[in-house]
This record gives sequence, C-alpha cells and structure tokens, in this order.
Amino acid sequence: MSTKLSDRMHTFSRLLKLLKGSKKWMLLSLLLSLAAVALTLYLPILVGDAIDFMIAAGQVDMPSIVRILILIGVSVCITALSQWLIGILSNKITYAAVADIRERAIRKIEALPVSYLDSHASGDILSRVIADADTVADGLLLGFTQFFTGIMTILGTLLFMLSIHIPITLLVVVMTPLSFFVAKFIVSKTYHLFQKQGDTRAEQTAFLNETITNQRVVQAFGHEDEVLETFDDMNARLTECTLKATFFSSLTNPSTRFVNALVYAAVGITGALAAVSGNISIGGLSCFLSYANQYTKPFHEISGVMTELQNAMAYADRIFRFLDQPERPADIPDARVLEDADGNVCFEDVSFSYVPERPLITDCNLRILPGQRVAIVGPTGCGKTTLMNLLMRFYDVTDGSISVDGSDLREITRDSLRKNFGMVLQETWLSGASIRDNIRMGKPDASEEEVIAAAKAAHAHSFIRRLPQGYDTVISDKTGGLSQGQRQLLCIARLMLALPPMLILDEATSSIDTRTEQKIQSAFQTMMQGRTSFIVAHRLSTIQQADLILVMNNGNIIEQGNHDTLIAQNGFYAKLFQSQFAP
Amino acid sequence: MKRLLCYLRDYRKEAICAPVFKILEASFELCVPLVVAAMIDNGIPNADRPYLWKMCLIMVLLGVVGLTSTLFAQFFAAKAATGFSAKLRHAMMAHIQKLSYTDLDRIGTSTLITRMTSDVNQVQNGVNLALRLLLRSPFIVFGAMIMAFTVDVKCALVFAAAIPLLSIVVFGIMLLTIPLYRKVQSQLDTVTDLTRENLTGFRVIRAFRKEADEIKRFCVQNEILMKMQNRVGSISALMNPLTYVILNGAVIALLYIGALRVDSGILSQGQVVALYNYLSQILVELIKLASLIITLTKTAACANRIADMLETGGCTETEPDMPELSEKGTVVFENVSLTYEGAGDASLTGISFSAKQGDVIGIIGGTGAGKSSLVNLIPRFYEPTSGTIRINGIDSRQFPKTELRARIGVVPQRAVLFKGTIRENLRWGNEHATDADFSEALRIAQAADVVASKPLGLEEPISENGSNLSGGQRQRLTIARALIRKPEILILDDSASALDYATDAALRKALRSIPDQPTVFLVSQRTASIRFADQILVLDDGELADIGTHDELLARCPIYQEIHYSQFPKGGAGN
Repeated sequence: MSTKLSDRMHTFSRLLKLLKGSKKWMLLSLLLSLAAVALTLYLPILVGDAIDFMIAAGQVDMPSIVRILILIGVSVCITALSQWLIGILSNKITYAAVADIRERAIRKIEALPVSYLDSHASGDILSRVIADADTVADGLLLGFTQFFTGIMTILGTLLFMLSIHIPITLLVVVMTPLSFFVAKFIVSKTYHLFQKQGDTRAEQTAFLNETITNQRVVQAFGHEDEVLETFDDMNARLTECTLKATFFSSLTNPSTRFVNALVYAAVGITGALAAVSGNISIGGLSCFLSYANQYTKPFHEISGVMTELQNAMAYADRIFRFLDQPERPADIPDARVLEDADGNVCFEDVSFSYVPERPLITDCNLRILPGQRVAIVGPTGCGKTTLMNLLMRFYDVTDGSISVDGSDLREITRDSLRKNFGMVLQETWLSGASIRDNIRMGKPDASEEEVIAAAKAAHAHSFIRRLPQGYDTVISDKTGGLSQGQRQLLCIARLMLALPPMLILDEATSSIDTRTEQKIQSAFQTMMQGRTSFIVAHRLSTIQQADLILVMNNGNIIEQGNHDTLIAQNGFYAKLFQSQFAP
Repeated sequence: MKRLLCYLRDYRKEAICAPVFKILEASFELCVPLVVAAMIDNGIPNADRPYLWKMCLIMVLLGVVGLTSTLFAQFFAAKAATGFSAKLRHAMMAHIQKLSYTDLDRIGTSTLITRMTSDVNQVQNGVNLALRLLLRSPFIVFGAMIMAFTVDVKCALVFAAAIPLLSIVVFGIMLLTIPLYRKVQSQLDTVTDLTRENLTGFRVIRAFRKEADEIKRFCVQNEILMKMQNRVGSISALMNPLTYVILNGAVIALLYIGALRVDSGILSQGQVVALYNYLSQILVELIKLASLIITLTKTAACANRIADMLETGGCTETEPDMPELSEKGTVVFENVSLTYEGAGDASLTGISFSAKQGDVIGIIGGTGAGKSSLVNLIPRFYEPTSGTIRINGIDSRQFPKTELRARIGVVPQRAVLFKGTIRENLRWGNEHATDADFSEALRIAQAADVVASKPLGLEEPISENGSNLSGGQRQRLTIARALIRKPEILILDDSASALDYATDAALRKALRSIPDQPTVFLVSQRTASIRFADQILVLDDGELADIGTHDELLARCPIYQEIHYSQFPKGGAGN
C-alpha cells in the first residue's frame, strides 16, 4: 500500500512538473478562488442581516437594507468575475498540459525502437495518447476548479457558522458526513452489480461482433433462428443485471437528499428553539438554513473529484510509462554517411532472434555483389520479413555483422542507410495526404512531370486521373475509394520516383490481378537494372531469373544457389517447386 | 424517438408511474419552505415550542414520504427503461437476421454493431433519465414560481423575470457550445487519425525518413485542437458567473421589494425567507434540466438512427411455395446482368451458361471481373437485375430462399468460423449430421488431420472468429462445413487460396470422388486450380469473355493465355 502511495505521489509530482510552465497562472487562479469562496460564503450572512432589518410592519430599516443590498451587488460582481477568470485559467493550464503530453508522445513514437512498436498493439498506444490524455485533462480540470474551492468552501462555511452559533454548527458538522457515508455505502454495494453488467454486456458485444460481421455466412447456412435464440438468452440476462444495477445505483441521490432533508429539519428546529430563547436572529436562522443546504455539496464534489483524480493518476501513470520507454540507440558519433551505395551486401556469421530464448537466424553468411537479384522463397512465417528488418536496420543483429559497401550497418547513420534502400511491402501504408505527396514521399522536391512519369511506370496514372481530384485526391480511410491493389500501385509509384540504389520488394500478388501485375513486372525489371534487389518472390519467373535464391525455413537459410543448381540438389526447393504443378 | 415508443408499450404502467411518483416527491419538496416560513412567523414570535416541534416533525415526514415515492419512481423508471431496451435489441437483432446482402452492403456491419451496442445503451439511459427528470425539473421551477405567487404576487414578479433570464443564459450557452464541442471532437478525431497513421505506418515513415515531418504535422493539428478547446472552454466558463449574477440580482430585487412590503405590513419576515428559499431551488433545477436536455438530444439522435435502421431493408415479400423439382444440381444462367445498388456500372452483363449435375465449373478473371458476384447470385444472396437463373430447372426467384440455400454448400472467400467447438461449427452445415458424415466431410476437405491434431478432436473449442486456428486450417474446416450437408451445388469462392499447392490438389481430387457428385463452382485466380474443370468461364470486366476447357481456352482465348502465362511462363514446367 505504501509503495503504491509513493508511486502515486511520484506520478503526481511528475504531473506537477508538466504544469511548471503555468506556475504563475496556477497561483493566480488559487488566489482568485480564495476570493470567490470567501465572498460566496459571505453572501448568506449579508442576506440574513438584511432580513433582520425587516422585522414587521413599520419596523423596517430601509437605509441599512439598501446599504447591505449594494454590498451584496458588489460582492456578487467580484465573485462572478473571479469565477470566470478561474474557468479560463484552468482551461488554459490543463489543455496546454495535455497538448504537451501528446507532443511528447508523438516524438516518442518516432524514436522508439521498431521492436517495441512491433510487439505492442497500436490500439493500446493510441488509447494512451488520445483517451488517457483526455481523462488526465478532465481530472486536472476538475481538480483545479473544484478541489481547492471545495475544501475552502467547507472550511469557510465552518468558520462562518461558528461565528454565528456554535451548537448548531456542531450539529451540522456531525450530521452532514452521514449523507456522504450513505452515498459511499451504496456505491460500494452496487459495484459488483455494475461489474456483472459490464461482463454481460461485453459478452453480448463479442457475440454481436462475431455474428453481425459474418451475417452473410449466418444467412448462407440458414442459421438466423439459432442466432436470434442465443441472442435472446443473453439479452434476458443482460436486462436482469442492468435493471438491478440501474435501480440500486439510482438510490444514491434520493438517499443523500433524504439525509440532507433530515439535517435541514434538525437545523430548523434547533435554530428555531434558539431563536425563541433569543440566541439567534431570524436572519441568522435563514443564513444557517442556506449553509446547511450548501455544506454537503462540496463533500460530494470532492469525493467526485477524488475519484476523477485517482483515475487521472492511473492514466497519467500509463502515459508516463509509455513516455519512459527507452528509445532506439543513437547513431554512433562518427557514423558514416552512406551516399549512392554500390550495393555490396555482406552477412558475416549473422545470428538474430526476437526473443533470446528462441534463436531464429544462426550463423548466416552471404555475399551479395552490386546489382545482383536475390529472391527469397519459403513458406509463410519462415523469416523472410526478418531479413528485411535486418537490412533496413529496424532490428540490430544479435551476433555477427551485416555490412553495406564494406561498412557495418551500425557504423552508418540510419538516415543515410535507409535513403539507399527502397521498399515495397505487402502492407500498403499511405499517408493521409494527397496522392501527389504520397508519391513524392521519397523525393519531396520532385517535379510534377517526374511524379506523373513515376505513376505511369507503376501503371497508376490512369486510375489516378479518373479520381475526382486526380493527383490532389486526399487519401483517407473514410472516403475509402482506393482498392488494395490501387494502394499497392501507389506504393510502387512512390518507389519508382525515389529510385534508391538498393531495393527491397515484397512481391505481393495477393491484391493485384495477374494481368496488371505482369505489366508492373516489366517496370520492376527496368528498375532493378543495376540495383541490388531483394525480392520476396511468389512468382516463378522472378525466381528463375534471380542471380541468387535463398530458400528459407524456420528462420534459417537452408539452401542457396540459382534455380538450376537448386533443382539439381533435389532438396526443399525442388519439392516446393514441384508441388505447384501437381495435377 | 416517437417511432420507437411502441417498444415501451408493454411497460406503459411503469412509464406512467415513474414520473407521477417523481412529481409527488417534488411537491413534498416544494412544501418545505412554507413550513420554515410558518416556524418563523408563528412559532418563534409566540415562543410556541410544541408548534415548532410539530413543524419539525412535518419536515421529517415530508422527507420520508418524498424518499419513498422516489424509490418507487426510480424502480419504475429503471424497469421501463431496461425492458424497453431489451425489446428494442430483440427487434433489431431479428431485423438484422432478415437483411439481404444488398441491405448489409448499404448499412455496413460496423454501423449495425454501433446501433446495437452504444446507441441502444444511450437510448436506454435517455429513457430512464427522461422518465425520472423530464417532468420533475420543470415542475419544481414552475411550482416554485406558483408557490411564490401564492405567497405574494408582487414579489413573485421577480421570479417571473428571473426564470426566463436564467433559462436564456443556461440554454443559450449550451446551444452555443454544442456545435463547438462537436468541432473539438472532430479535431480530436483528426489528431487520433494522425497518431494511428504514425503507429501503423512506422516502418514506411522510417524507411522514407519522415519522422521529423510527421512530428511537425502532428504538432500543427495538436495546437489547433488546444486553441479550439480553449475557445469553447471560455464560453462555457461564462455559465456559472452569469447565472450567479442573475440569481443574486433577483435576490437583491426580492429583498428590496420584500422590505418595502414588510414595512407596509403586507408580508411577514418568514414569508420573505420562504421566497428566498424558493429562488435558490430554481437555479439548481434549471441547470439539471439543461444538462438533461443535452442528454436527451443525444438520445433522440441515437433513437432516430435506430429507427432508420429498423426501417431499412429486410425482405417483407412472402416466399413462394416450394415448386415441383424436375432436375437436380443443374444451374442455368440466361443473359444475366447484375448492377449493385448505388453502383454506376453493371458488375455482370449478359452472362449465359449452363451446368449439368456433377459438372465442375471453373471461374477465372482479374480482380473486380465479377467472379464472386456471379456465384453470389446462385444462392440468391443478390437478385439479378435482368435475365433469369434456373436452378434444378426452375426460376430461382420461384425457389424459396431457405429451400434453395439448404441445397447449396457455400465456402466463402474469407474463412469464417464461430465461437464454439469444431463440432458445433460443422453442425451449421447440417444439424443432424452423423459421425460418419463428420468423418466423410473432414476427409474430403483435407481437414481430418486438423481435427486429429487437436487434443479434444471435434470438441476442440474455437475462439471468436476462429482466431486460434491458422488460415489454412480455418479454410479446410469451412470447406468441411459446406460438404457435411451433402449439397447438390457446392460453391468454392477462391476458397483454396490459403492452401498450399499440394493440399489444393488433394482437395480437388477428393471432390471428384464424392459418390453423389455435387455441381461445383470453383472461383480461382490460379489456372492450376481450375485447369481440370469441365467448363471454365473467363470473366473480364463483368462480361463473359469466353467459355471452354483449359486446352480450348489456351488455344484461343487471349485473356486466359495472359493469365496462364503470367503464372506459368512459356516453356516453363507449367506446360
């Protein structure tokens, strides 16, 4: 518990550090809320005084009343003004803090090692950057606006009440926490009901997701009635626990209202009895009654704020844990800037594994000459992507070394290394910008003619032209429009324009039909001329034309050579090759 | 909202009782200031202690009665709201089961899921709150004003002025900020999209060394978001100060007029206190009412979306009676065309061919050539825009859907399995399958070793969407699921794509060995998979480019040649 507490304090102090830039604004808003609370609390006293000046017909002190009313007017205006300023200030402080968190997060994302991003669900990171940051903002905002004012209101009310009548004050102090406890009690008792409701709801949502997404299959097999039956069963259970959870939780407000009513009656009777014995004026009684109404409010607010703050802390902690992730190692100080590489690639005793317990590549040796075409073949999951990861230095080798143009990859700046590689992967990622900007990604200063030439080479020009905004069409998930194959063509156009000295191509035939693919293939052939190329190959022609075929299985290169030598070996490759043409 | 009220019909009693009990409670609450006034005016000046105690007891009683009636109100409201949403969910699910493929295309599955989950929850919440509060808050506001009028008309005029002013401020600010908050939300979506883009595309971003540009792009949007948030924030920050000023302005006016009236003996001191108390009750309720109205606007939007969904599609036409069948397993297309709803161009034009029982029909063509569209017409997933399809000798439109689909085994492109055991999943194909049926279907589908490799065999649990099986395993099981019903027509929509060549070949061989051979439609991108078909339909841009056997097509059909040689280069091992 104590470590948990110290953790929380640690998170809290880091949050405060984030707010450092707004220190003077925080101080100002603190002062303003002090003023606002004091004046708000003074108001019932002024009203009570005014009431005391109007006892009965003929016993009304008009000049004093007017004086008090002017006082009320002035204090109301000051209170309103400071409330408004507090609101604006706390917005400013919290929104700036959240914007700061988000900016740090995006910088972190760009600097994290690929291994982290590969092994963590993007949805989780996304929710930290967006939803969690919002929860922190809400917590902070409430904390500012209500926490200080709440505490000060409670203390202030106590002081003012004590100054009027001590016994009644004690009565209020003893009784009001009651409503607080009642609320707490109900919340704790209904917690498990909500949990059950949440579980049942989650179960139903999962079922809906599965069946509605696959509604076509449900109908193809005529399974509609069965699905509805299962659903109704879940629905009945959900309704039952929702009813319980809704009803019992809706008891909180009436119960606390009831306790407040009791406090009100108690203050009323003791106040009235005191007034009979002349210990308190009528105005004083009225003032007490409005305090009794107000006094419980900050308690509930603070308890709400505490929950919000606790949430905020928990979420802030999640964000900080993300921001604390170690970044990829920096380039070594005198790293070489690789320019126009020849395309000499060498693997020397390379070993690699994603997790230490499961070695993947062991003692891999390769010597690839400039301009050679390397085809990589093997069943799915055999480690073809791993090879790409190592070449682009998304991952570093565990042992041994990979070198380009005679320099170890680790001694070349990442930036210049990647500039010398061009890749087309199966995942067709495009940025949410215009088609032109997407094609220009690898060469931002390319002219319009160059862009169009690249698009033509990738057989993308004709479909781009047919889009409503042509090259200015902005790519977005919502507008959709582009098929997977078209996205692939754009990725190829992007590479055609950049034309780096070394190429990595994942020949994704899945999304492009074979006829279009064949056209692109001819473009690829030209592109590969004189460039060292690594091709994950599915197509026979590519494989047969390759200078070197790497046959991979279970992470290792089990055979290498050209088509004829491998067929002659009659090993794994030969078997793989023949299985394609079985009757 | 109105359109959904019918689902509340069974809970009419509860829906009426809830607000009635709420109003009862509110009336008791409105009595309290009068009791206090009586204490001040009658009890205190006369030092009548028993009277004061009596009044105190009345206050406690009012509290108890108030609490009891709220309990009833809360219960009835919860019962009505949850019952309502249960009925609604059932109706929606039943409706979804009846949607046609065209409807599903139009509405989209993610929309349907949102409607059934968050939208229904929002509506349930809204109904619950509306039953409890929609009448209560206005009742207290106007009740307080009416009570004020009964105390003193002239003072009550202050109320009559303050209430509209307060309403204008409270509702005005809310109305003003709602669209602004919506804008903030959409800007937040932009920031979310940017973040997602950076998370999903990090490999490409790094490969193109765009890290710094992406940070800059993000910061610009982030800054805009912050500015927008501050702008809305400064408007909503006006709410509290403004209402505070108006309310206390009213207090000042009330005290001033009250003082004059007390001086001339028209009002008592206690009555001034009572009026003051009523005034503070009003503000609380107005703010509650305003936030309730925001919730209800959201609810109404959700309710409308749900009602729209319930009114969209769903075939209401009655199915024809089952006609006499003269043939079995025959499929004839006569000049069939299909244009999807909302699409500009036809997806299929003038397709004609005929298949005898036991034929294997291969269908090949580029992406978007209409392969799936063609096979989807056979089980009437879509209806042809023109032309006729005859199945087993009769027009498919005369064939009741359930009867028709019971005769067809479909293996969809995406291998979909459902949560449950393997056995339960295969049963989708045939409720009454025997053990022999199971092993037969698994054998033909090359799935016997999939089941054998699982410790629990057929009882092996499958997770949602079959995520605990590999793509190839899922695909083989979906084939078995289609086979177990011993279909007259079997449709394999590019279903072997996740299988390696050897398994694919074994599967095709096994299909040939089925005793009562079904008519098979085999959609594929690979000529190797369909080369042994009795007829191959070559589709090009929705039209039937040619029809024939592998050898015929290879000799005369340029498109087929192009497809084939792109996979098996001339002179290679393919020929």
